[in-house]
Amino acid sequence: MAEGTHRRFSVRRMPGFTSIAMLTFAMLYGPIVILVIYAFNAGESVALWEGFSLRWFVTAWDNTQVQEATFRSLIVAGAASLTATVLATMAALGTTRTRPYPGSLVIYALINQPLMVPEIVTAVALLIVFAMIKIATGYSGLIFLIAAHAAFCVPFAYLPIRARLEGMNLDYETAAADLYAPPWQVFRRVTLPLMAPGIVAGAMLAFVISLDDVVITEFVKSAGQDTLPTYMLGQLRRMVTPEVNAISTALLGVTVVLLTAFFVLNRQRR
Amino acid sequence: MRERTGSIEEPTENGDATARRPMVEARSVSKVFGSGDSELRALDAVSVTIREGEFFTLLGPSGCGKTTLLRMIAGFEHPSDGAILLDGADISGLPPYRRPVNTVFQSYALFPHLTVAGNIAFGLEMLGRPAAEVADTVERMLRMVRMEAMRDRLTSQISGGQQQRVALARALAPQPKVLLLDEPLSALDLKLRKEMQIELKRLQTETGITFVFVTHDQEEALTMSDRIAVMRDGQILQIGSPHEIYERPADHFVASFIGETNFLAATVETRTGERGRIRLPGGLVAETDLFESMAPGDAVAAVIRPEHLRVQPAGSGSGLAATVATIVYLGTDTQYHLRLESGEMLVARVQNGPSGSPGLADGAAVEASFAPTAVRVLRD
Ligand SMILES: Nc1ncnc2c1ncn2[C@@H]1O[C@H](COP(=O)(O)OP(=O)(O)OP(=O)(O)O)[C@@H](O)[C@H]1O
Ligand SMILES: [Mg+2]
Repeated sequence: MAEGTHRRFSVRRMPGFTSIAMLTFAMLYGPIVILVIYAFNAGESVALWEGFSLRWFVTAWDNTQVQEATFRSLIVAGAASLTATVLATMAALGTTRTRPYPGSLVIYALINQPLMVPEIVTAVALLIVFAMIKIATGYSGLIFLIAAHAAFCVPFAYLPIRARLEGMNLDYETAAADLYAPPWQVFRRVTLPLMAPGIVAGAMLAFVISLDDVVITEFVKSAGQDTLPTYMLGQLRRMVTPEVNAISTALLGVTVVLLTAFFVLNRQRR
Repeated sequence: MRERTGSIEEPTENGDATARRPMVEARSVSKVFGSGDSELRALDAVSVTIREGEFFTLLGPSGCGKTTLLRMIAGFEHPSDGAILLDGADISGLPPYRRPVNTVFQSYALFPHLTVAGNIAFGLEMLGRPAAEVADTVERMLRMVRMEAMRDRLTSQISGGQQQRVALARALAPQPKVLLLDEPLSALDLKLRKEMQIELKRLQTETGITFVFVTHDQEEALTMSDRIAVMRDGQILQIGSPHEIYERPADHFVASFIGETNFLAATVETRTGERGRIRLPGGLVAETDLFESMAPGDAVAAVIRPEHLRVQPAGSGSGLAATVATIVYLGTDTQYHLRLESGEMLVARVQNGPSGSPGLADGAAVEASFAPTAVRVLRD
């Protein structure tokens, strides 16, 4: 009788909890499941199942445009995530391994600015500035795309690195200094090895974020600088074949692998 | 600059320590944290001289500034005022990595990404010692703390007591002039702590290195130290050997912080030079050392340790008449809480003989007596 009042409140016993949860998951993953299934369609349609085949993976693999876009995506994501990770590491050190200074909160906000400013605004701003530079210099290489990606990847690399540094006991660095290590050696022999999982996690997150960016890429890229996502967008405007599904499925695979590794690394303690 | 040292540092009984040269000297060192309203004076004009090869203990309650003083010797904090000398040279301006001083941290702070041997080698490598010498020293240290079998383990794969040993070996390996230990035993259970106390004492004797040991455990301080500095609120109240601190506490705080004690209101009757007669409650008199300021007629606080009190049935002699309020059996001892006729309470601690405790019951009329030399007066 009194039993019910003794039980702790649990959201699981609220009416409709299970059905709402199921519906949410269905809406989240249903479309992706369908996309992946149709990547293996033998027919030309993305809505009419005609049997199992790997033909669209082969088509995509052999498509030189896809090859080029993939290669370009990897270069941009690689260079941008590397740059962003170096910058983010320095930013994280500068915001956690210094005495509190006035304006540190503002700096923190500035570093994370790309997370808060609407992406389209950054895209338009970059388009205008880069256009001016491109006209002035006559140079329109991939470097613009890499710079743009590096900029918006910084906060994604910064957050896990900062979290790692904040979770790290300062005693280790104090102990190293006590054991005759000058500041540079403290960093090289103690801080860096201990923060490495955070750096790797940050780099992978930045890589994934860069890899699937569309908005900023679409605005910043020069002619013939399609990345995989912008190439796919272009394809969809013309005609839709399961080739797009196949590319998406491959991209999904890569992302899932990287993000899984990210979470594993991030959960490692010390 | 206030002159403090002279009045609180009494000559040591084993003339040994005073004969050696000063290794660490704090000269009127102050440390102020924060500013304005939140200003906190963690150390207030502390002066102390620690001699070569000494086992020196900083003892005091939480927040009294022990860690702050230790961190200033190590170089992690800088004095707001005053100077710190190491082996005769002013080191106030040197960063931690230039000071031949090592620390055993309360958290041990063993590098989690290095093995036991890697941890011990760290300081030597940073000093640029040749690889062969590093390897030799690491072996020697491993043997010294009996951790040879664990050399290739990560520090997360060994027990707390073993981590403690590695932390010690790591700090001793570079052969510092001074080893600083900040409550290194507080994380260990009682049995292990007793073992490590003996171990620490052995290492100190073997290496001859000056140890500066921080603790808030008075028993630990008494058993291990050559000399103890008792601290409170950023000041050193008394410096002396364990025996001096225990038997001749300088003031009320030291007397109550170190061991159990009874406080009695007394009056100075006569004074002859350093010594004098004091009158205690119940008309008893005792002869004892007096402080300079004390004159006949002054009210003073007298102390007597519980183990210096004898408890006998009433009418047997010339003690303080009392009744037994509570009896606490402690195994080796029995503790009697006695109520004097004046209402004051006294605690007596009597060792239990082979036939158990003397047969006294609650409410029994007794007399508490003591040797006239067992009574001390306090400065304040
Ligand atoms: N970095 C700091 N900033 C501000 N106040 C501090 C700082 N370090 C210590 N204090 C203050 O200085 C006082 C002395 O601290 P300290 O750590 O030296 O005490 P302690 O004797 O080691 O105490 P415990 O036995 O608890 O370790 C405390 O009141 C403490 O709050
Ligand atoms: Mg402390």
